[in-house]
Parts: sequence; C-alpha cells; structure tokens
Amino acid sequence: MNKQSNIYTTIYIIVLVLIVGTVLAVTSLSLRDRQQDNVNADKMRQILASVKITANDGDIKQVFDRYIVEQMVINNAGEKIEGNAFDIDVATEIKLPDAERKLPVFVCKTDDGSTKYILPAYGAGLWGPIWGYIAVDSDGTTIYGAFFAHQGETPGLGAEIEKPAFCDQFAGKQLITDGNFHPINVVKAGQTPAGAEAYTVDGVSGGTITSKGVAAMLSNCLTPYKSFLENLSNK
Amino acid sequence: MAEKVSNKSVLFNPFSKNNPVIVQVLGICSVLAVTAKLEPAIVMGISVIAVLAFSNVIISLIRNTIPTNIRIIVQLVVVAGLVVIVNQLLMAYTYDVSKQLSVFIGLIITNCILMGRLEAFAMANKPWPSFLDGVGNGVGYAIILIIVAFFRELLGSGTLLGYQVVPQWCYEHGYVNNGLMILPPMALIVVGCIIWIHRSINKDLQDD
Repeated sequence: MNKQSNIYTTIYIIVLVLIVGTVLAVTSLSLRDRQQDNVNADKMRQILASVKITANDGDIKQVFDRYIVEQMVINNAGEKIEGNAFDIDVATEIKLPDAERKLPVFVCKTDDGSTKYILPAYGAGLWGPIWGYIAVDSDGTTIYGAFFAHQGETPGLGAEIEKPAFCDQFAGKQLITDGNFHPINVVKAGQTPAGAEAYTVDGVSGGTITSKGVAAMLSNCLTPYKSFLENLSNK
Repeated sequence: MAEKVSNKSVLFNPFSKNNPVIVQVLGICSVLAVTAKLEPAIVMGISVIAVLAFSNVIISLIRNTIPTNIRIIVQLVVVAGLVVIVNQLLMAYTYDVSKQLSVFIGLIITNCILMGRLEAFAMANKPWPSFLDGVGNGVGYAIILIIVAFFRELLGSGTLLGYQVVPQWCYEHGYVNNGLMILPPMALIVVGCIIWIHRSINKDLQDD
C-alpha cells in the first residue's frame, strides 16, 4: 500500500483525529463533575475568606453551609428577585445596565452571632481579570473584610492586592458617610483627600493600574447595591 | 535508523551528559515560568515526564504507518491530546496547583523537548527504548526544574513546599527574602549557574 498517497494520508488523519477526539471527550465527561466541585469549593473558599473564615479542603462545603445562612439575589432597587446567587456569573452581569443586573448577596452569620453581607465584585486589572468579595456589617455601611484575587497581575506589584497588607485596609471603612454613598476609592499611598479617610484606602506602590482597576471594580460593582445598603443602614 | 545504543544509556544520558535543559538548552520558557515555588515545579516535572513517555510510546508504535509528509501534524495531535488529558486530570485532582500552572501545562505542547524527542528518537526506535528515552528526558527536565525551584522558593519566599524553613529569628535580625528570586530573571541566572557548575565538572562538554 502506498503510504505517501493522498487517500492514505487523508484517511489516516481522519481516523487519528476521531480516535483522539473520542478519548478527549470521554476524559472530559468523566472528570467534569469533579472539576465543577473543585471550582465551587474554590468559590466558597474565596467567599469565606472575606469574612476571615478558613476551612480545610475536605470540609469547605460543610463550613460554607454552616456560616452562609442565606443566599439571595436582588436588583438595584434593593428588592429580592428570583435566582440562585451562587450560580450568577458576576463577569457577565457587570456588562448589563444597572437596572437589569442580578446582584448576588451572601448572608453570613459569624461565630459571635452578628450578620455580614458578602457582595461579589469583578473587574479588570493590568493583565487580566481581578475579582473579590466585600463583607459588609449589618449596619449596611461598615466594611468587615475584603478578599481580592487576580489572574495574572505582576508578582510583587499588582499581585499584592491579594495580600493581607492591602485587603486588611478595607476593614472599618464606611460605604455611607453623612447619608452619602461612596464606593471605596483606592488612591496613591499618602494622597488621601482630606475628609475622605473613611472611604479611601492606599493603593499598591508600583501597581497603579491594578489599584485603579480595584477602585473602578468597586465603583462599578458596589454602586448597584446602594439602595440595598441604605435600606440596611436605615433599619 | 539511529545507531544502536544500550537501553541504559538511553535512560540515563539525559540526566546529565545530554540533559535537555542545561546541555541542549530546550524548554527554558517553562523553566522560567513555573519555578517560583517547589510544588508547581514538581507537578510540572511529573506532567512532562508522563506526556513525554507516553507520546514517545504512541509515536513509536505507529511510526511505520505515519505518512512522512504529515508526520509533524500527527506528532502534534498525539502530544496535544495527551496534554489536554493531563490538564483535565490536574483540574480534577490538584485544583490549586493547576491554577498556579495555568497556561503552562497547555504550553507543554510547544515544549521543544517533546517534538525534539519524537522526531529524533521515537520515529526511529521501538516502543520500549522510546519509553525509556521519554522518561529519561522528562526526568532530566524535572531535575533542573526542581533544583531551580528549590533555590528560588528558599531564597525568595523562605519556604519549601509552603512550609516556613527560614526561622523567625533570622527575620528579626534583619534577614529579608530576596524578592528578585520570585521574578523570572533570577530563574535564568540560576539555570546559568547550574550550567556553569555542570560544565566545570564535565570538562568534555566545554567548547574551545
């Protein structure tokens, strides 16, 4: 048989691709559930990180179910709407107009019995996406904790946003001061405008664009929660 | 056909005398990228060993049926298939590590070591020697990866496999981690130092 003929070559490559394709499809299907579990567990770990709760890999689901007592979806008027908060992809929601956005809220009951509201955020850094979870106290204004993560920011510079040195600054900041709503701003270290200390944090030196990305992300993702948070603070 | 060589030398030559990274200088890109910490470097090393060994065996098994004019494409399809399987397995069983390795598992496809071994060895040899050649070259690559990652994690983060090894009193007396070690340039310099030491031991590798 002539192995250099066009027919042989064509049949050969078709058979090869079919075999490889089948093997890949089988692998992908048989591992999908496990992979989805891992992705979900990672998301739960990140949500819990914003309220400073850590869990071992094995029991992340139980810990999540114990602390997160309610998951709800709201609109930008602060009203509850239908939906599963955990499955909402914030990355696609931020592209919609504010009025159409589905806003997930994770309600967390901490060990001391206080209630925290965890709000997700998603935006762009210098090289790729950045995201985070902001935990707000039950007064609707004081930030309890924050968690940030990134895909590919520069190590030692923009990537510092995921370090405690940056995240811990958010604790105690106020989203509502004197009745006005301010998403937290991120400025160059030491250049906080007078009177804005309650809602400004220092950016990462050398990570200016990433820091600005965090500020833009918070502005874009927390502002739709304005009504919800104001309702909480007026209670 | 390649000259007759013993299975033993096929397996052990790539460890040192014919090391793919420090003698043939292949696969440098991933050495720079994944060696900031020891754990991803070990996983990357194992992944490359697996992909290299099995792609060598598969290509060797079908080497007499491959039409010459599409042999590179056939090799790529086999390697790409294996890499995707490895990536899926990592995502299912070691999710954290697969997040750290991110695109570099996928980039094993473009690692010159693989295509180099398939073209130079598997296309001309029986499956068993090809398997040994794949394992040998993979281990040769992994050794360098692990040595580089060891020094970078120790000096850059003060940890090994995530455990703190530089004691706290060192920091209290003014020791600081070298932030440069975490960045890619230092991987190149560490590889350079390894090549330097390796060549000064093996004088026959030195150029005039």
